[in-house]
Amino acid sequence: MTTSGPGQTYGGSSVTGGETYQAGHDDSTTAMDASVLSRAETTPLITEIREDLSVFDGIVDKARAIIARYPQSRSALLPMLHLVQSVQGYVSQAGIQFCARELELAPAEVSAVATFYTMYKRKPCGEHLVSVCTNTLCAALGGDEIYQTLREHLGEPGKPLGHEETAGTPGEPGSITIEHAECLAACDLGPVLQVNYEFYDNQTPEKAVELVDALRRGEKPAPTRGAPLTDFKDASLQLAGFFDRESDVEGPSQAAETLAGAQLAQDRGWTAPAMPANVAFPDLEKK
Amino acid sequence: MSTVDPVTPVLTKRWLSPRSWSIQTYEQLEGYTALRKALTATPEQIVQVVKDSGLRGRGGAGFPSGLKWSFMPPNEDKPHYLVINADEGEPGTCKDIPLMMADPHSLIEGCVIASYAMRSHHCFIYVRGEVLHCIRRLNAAVKEAKAAGYLGENILGSGYDLEITVHAGAGAYICGEETALLDSLEGRRGQPRLKPPFPAAAGLYAAPTTVNNVETIASVPYIINGGSDWFRRMGTEKSPGPKIYSISGHVERPGQYEAPLGTTLRQLLEMAGGMKDGIPLKFWTPGGSSTPMFTAEHLDVPLDFEGAAEAGSMLGTTAVQVFNETVSVPWAVMKWTQFYKHESCGKCTPCREGTYWLVQILERMVDGNGTEEDIDTLLDVCDNVLGRSFCALGDGAVSPIQSGIKYFRDEFLALCQKNREKNRKPAMAGAN
Ligand SMILES: Cc1cc2nc3c(=O)[nH]c(=O)nc-3n(C[C@H](O)[C@H](O)[C@H](O)COP(=O)(O)O)c2cc1C
Ligand code: SF4
Ligand code: FES
Repeated sequence: MTTSGPGQTYGGSSVTGGETYQAGHDDSTTAMDASVLSRAETTPLITEIREDLSVFDGIVDKARAIIARYPQSRSALLPMLHLVQSVQGYVSQAGIQFCARELELAPAEVSAVATFYTMYKRKPCGEHLVSVCTNTLCAALGGDEIYQTLREHLGEPGKPLGHEETAGTPGEPGSITIEHAECLAACDLGPVLQVNYEFYDNQTPEKAVELVDALRRGEKPAPTRGAPLTDFKDASLQLAGFFDRESDVEGPSQAAETLAGAQLAQDRGWTAPAMPANVAFPDLEKK
Repeated sequence: MSTVDPVTPVLTKRWLSPRSWSIQTYEQLEGYTALRKALTATPEQIVQVVKDSGLRGRGGAGFPSGLKWSFMPPNEDKPHYLVINADEGEPGTCKDIPLMMADPHSLIEGCVIASYAMRSHHCFIYVRGEVLHCIRRLNAAVKEAKAAGYLGENILGSGYDLEITVHAGAGAYICGEETALLDSLEGRRGQPRLKPPFPAAAGLYAAPTTVNNVETIASVPYIINGGSDWFRRMGTEKSPGPKIYSISGHVERPGQYEAPLGTTLRQLLEMAGGMKDGIPLKFWTPGGSSTPMFTAEHLDVPLDFEGAAEAGSMLGTTAVQVFNETVSVPWAVMKWTQFYKHESCGKCTPCREGTYWLVQILERMVDGNGTEEDIDTLLDVCDNVLGRSFCALGDGAVSPIQSGIKYFRDEFLALCQKNREKNRKPAMAGAN
């Protein structure tokens, strides 16, 4: 899959491309001389690996559509990283090089961004990503216990699954990656978890185990708030801004908690003060 | 003037309606009438109404919104940008996401009016990535609004043009800090920028930019329709208007309660059915984990910007997290500190190193291996982080620790006491 060309180095000079700043003495030679490691150890460190990017041929148009949304192309980088995750289920070296190529950035610049954000995964994800909120409030309501239970349930006996580890083979049907998440802005519905970023509210360890078992059987239980479940890659495509199913927007969102205040007001006949009719704008001339 | 009801649905008034997120429902319930009205005014007049209303930023800091808008240059030498902060990640905060899911058009209408007032033709909504359904609803709303002529070119025949781009983040609390958000939106690591220059001078792409919270901007259409006097009938003199209080934790009916600013926890608890199973209150946050915690002593503190500050905390995001007597304060403080350590962007030393060491000490204490000196060390480290960090994340990180020790020092001491007894055990073998 990968090809490493001896001519390409991080210094950017090319031995085969004609003149370099020091004829016959390219960066790799300098680095080799300077290295305290052996030649064999140094070579992989200074050789740029050119990945085969053909796996992304199908998303080139989408990448360009993302770029067109912004006044400056670099702004497209975050959505584009979501986009490459929709192809491979993680951000691979190839994914980084693809973004770099499309945005005319150095791979190192893309890499620095990709590693900063928790939603970009460095290892292939399962069909589903299960994120359990273990921030303080959810944890106090049982979130820590839910996470522990899932780790053990999805792991091997005596070897619970760790953060961002996968049960099953990544990409295969029924495979599940789990992670603990920070506050997911659903504290009134805690403890919460998400599958592919759709909400499953008011969870218990039992409910969570039932949910992941169903996922492993290939079922897709409906979220409490969100659209019908698909998979991690499809969710990534949507995060890149591509929404193919119009009906998804109809997925439920009006939890009792969300509506608690509005409902209470309706029951008690409470309202905000009535607005006066036809309020004029301030006359600035007089100021 | 008649008194105002305890719950005042303004932002939340459409939420009970069927398909409240659709443009049909929105239009049936006065949607986009404020935009029609705003387009008959000058940008200066709109800024003036917002100033007169006393609207203050709902993202945590409470900066007067009209004043912020007036910092935008009057000329258009460079493009102007409005950027909506929908990164909602402050622990406990859960108001913007439900608002955008239930009534995305109120935000869109607010964006058009605010952009018009600030002479911006491109507005970005930066939403945290983990809330896919919300992002979906926003995208659909933008599409609907465009098709109906409320967005795009020559809006409602006014000659005014605006594009809105919904942008999904990728999981980083620090991107809620407005300058980190701008870096992130430019496709970089989300790290805060030095201020000045402030965004109004050099923000997105170094052009004049205003960053506002979702709830702030969603309030604007109501202010345009109702006027500043109407808005001021709710809330207090310096903190006017209605506000969504998000009550979570050990209460009978957690949820979103929109009430006038200045409402107290006692009143909020009444609305939320009281403490769950009658187990007494121990501690709570008035506005997220970065606001120093309160206790049962503070039930009657008016939750507005002044009231919370006078009582030694901050209003923050009105994320009221309620914890009962079963929750250990040192444990809760440790959990929050782990969060700040994880989210520290690493740019400045006090926060990067400080949060790391604070977590180490707190974990040791909660594990029962702490000493009394650890409490002083914690406070000492906090002093070196607070006010010395590059951005407010560092200040927020020490809030739970300082306030936790202030009100519950005994609990920290008890943990160390247990440790002392444990270490003494050999000598006391057989004593029990
Ligand atoms: C660490 C950190 C995180 C923040 N997160 C958010 C956020 O998620 N949403 C928000 O609106 N403001 C957040 N803020 C505040 C913003 O920096 C900024 O003050 C706010 O968006 C301004 O909008 P407003 O004036 O309408 O409140 C955060 C600040 C800090 C320091
Ligand atoms: S205070 Fe923390 S989050 Fe803010 S710049 Fe410093 S390291 Fe980054
Ligand atoms: S603490 Fe879990 S969603 Fe906020």
